Amino acid sequence: MKKTKINEAHHALKGKMVEFCGWELPVQYSGLNTEHMAVRTTGGIFDVSHMGEVWFRGREALRAIQHIISNDASKLLPGKIQYAGLLTETGCFVDDLLVYMIKENEYLLVVNAANLEKDFLWMKKHTARFDVLVENRSEEYSQIAVQGPMAEKLVQEFTEIDLKPLGYYHFAQGRVQDMDAIVSRTGYTGEDGFEIYFRSDAAAASRLFLDLADRGEKYDALPAGLGARDTLRLEAKMALYGNDIDDTHSVLEADLGWILKLNKGEPFLGQEALARQKEEGIRRKLVGFELVDKGIARHGYPITVAGKPFGAVTSGTFAPFLKKPIGLAYLPLEHAALGCEFQVSIREKTALARVVETPFYKRKK
Amino acid sequence: MAKENLLYSKDHEWVLREGNAVTVGITDYAQHELGDVVFVDLPAVGKGLKKGDPAANIESVKAVSDVYSPVTGKVSDVNAKLGDHPELVNQDPFGDGWIFKLSVDQVSELDELMDLKKYEEYLKGIAGE
Repeated sequence: MKKTKINEAHHALKGKMVEFCGWELPVQYSGLNTEHMAVRTTGGIFDVSHMGEVWFRGREALRAIQHIISNDASKLLPGKIQYAGLLTETGCFVDDLLVYMIKENEYLLVVNAANLEKDFLWMKKHTARFDVLVENRSEEYSQIAVQGPMAEKLVQEFTEIDLKPLGYYHFAQGRVQDMDAIVSRTGYTGEDGFEIYFRSDAAAASRLFLDLADRGEKYDALPAGLGARDTLRLEAKMALYGNDIDDTHSVLEADLGWILKLNKGEPFLGQEALARQKEEGIRRKLVGFELVDKGIARHGYPITVAGKPFGAVTSGTFAPFLKKPIGLAYLPLEHAALGCEFQVSIREKTALARVVETPFYKRKK
Repeated sequence: MAKENLLYSKDHEWVLREGNAVTVGITDYAQHELGDVVFVDLPAVGKGLKKGDPAANIESVKAVSDVYSPVTGKVSDVNAKLGDHPELVNQDPFGDGWIFKLSVDQVSELDELMDLKKYEEYLKGIAGE
């Protein structure tokens, strides 16, 4: 099992360690609900060093990126970030990722840990004809996410970067503690917050995490684990690769049309398939649901729509902040409207579910 | 933290014997492993259960787990309070967080359960794994 450079800090903070995508990471420290509520009301500090960092550098870096992603990276300016799909020829997901424009001809792409090797090979293969250097530098980088209403105050104590003017999906480079870092106003929780990327040895990485946790006490912020990360992102209806998006569901079916720019002036993988699908219309769509009956509909539980089996729940949990069972599922388009009802098999029982508006949770600005 | 006067199963249920009836719940170790309980699916009163049958489901945010019947018998009562207050399983696992009661067919089956000392040794074995 691989260990992040922050591993020592997790043990010091008595994190309950589990295996995740080949990494030893904390699923929780004080408790999933407590950590979830802390992020919604004060702050949470996460080690997300397992995420992958791939750099694109060279004269045709932008063209190479444009060729493999769904969004229009030509809209980026230095210091700006974009969410996009890394697409198959069929318009489905190899992965979802963030594109950071460092400067002209230099970009950072942040990908899921579970897909890193696959993504890197895919990127190399499909950008070979461009004048670009694609480098997987994930091993060098640690990443800490600080999320929640108090995140700005907490992170500001550690950096010379002025965080206040930093907009959502923007980043700045500067010192954090005594290290060079990239600090972006991004996250996977539905709250305001930051993601800090830096290179250091294990001692310095663990120290930063412990210092954040220590200083965080002043704001009632807590170290938070993978458990809360998953329930937080689901309340905010942020897709999880392998659950809600994968290489068998298209960008349009995943209801992520806003990251698809068919007319970006550059041909890209999946473009033809998606243009066709847009014209013909999709037949199924990812929707959010609440359980009407008691229980929790979890990932993989079978679904019945109008008497016929139709796939399974892609993500489901009891939402700790909203205090109700929620989930995501692909439904036939004619049964995917708000208020439509369907059944979920929860072991030997059947529970009624209803399509609801998403995101389930939206923070007040 | 477990209790003296109770019997324990390897699945971390506790059993309180009162004549031919038993009360069943999950141990403090079990509730801690599960995390915050948000829903308890209780058995129907009158339902016959064999030793080892799944009797109830406990849903925490993290996972779902079965509560097995530690002996053969018939469900005589369930803790209806858990319907609105599933968190009692976390807050008071040996008290208000009890789950169901059984009238026991063969009292001798209880002999196969562990006493506190054996259960504590069993927990140490798990921790050492």
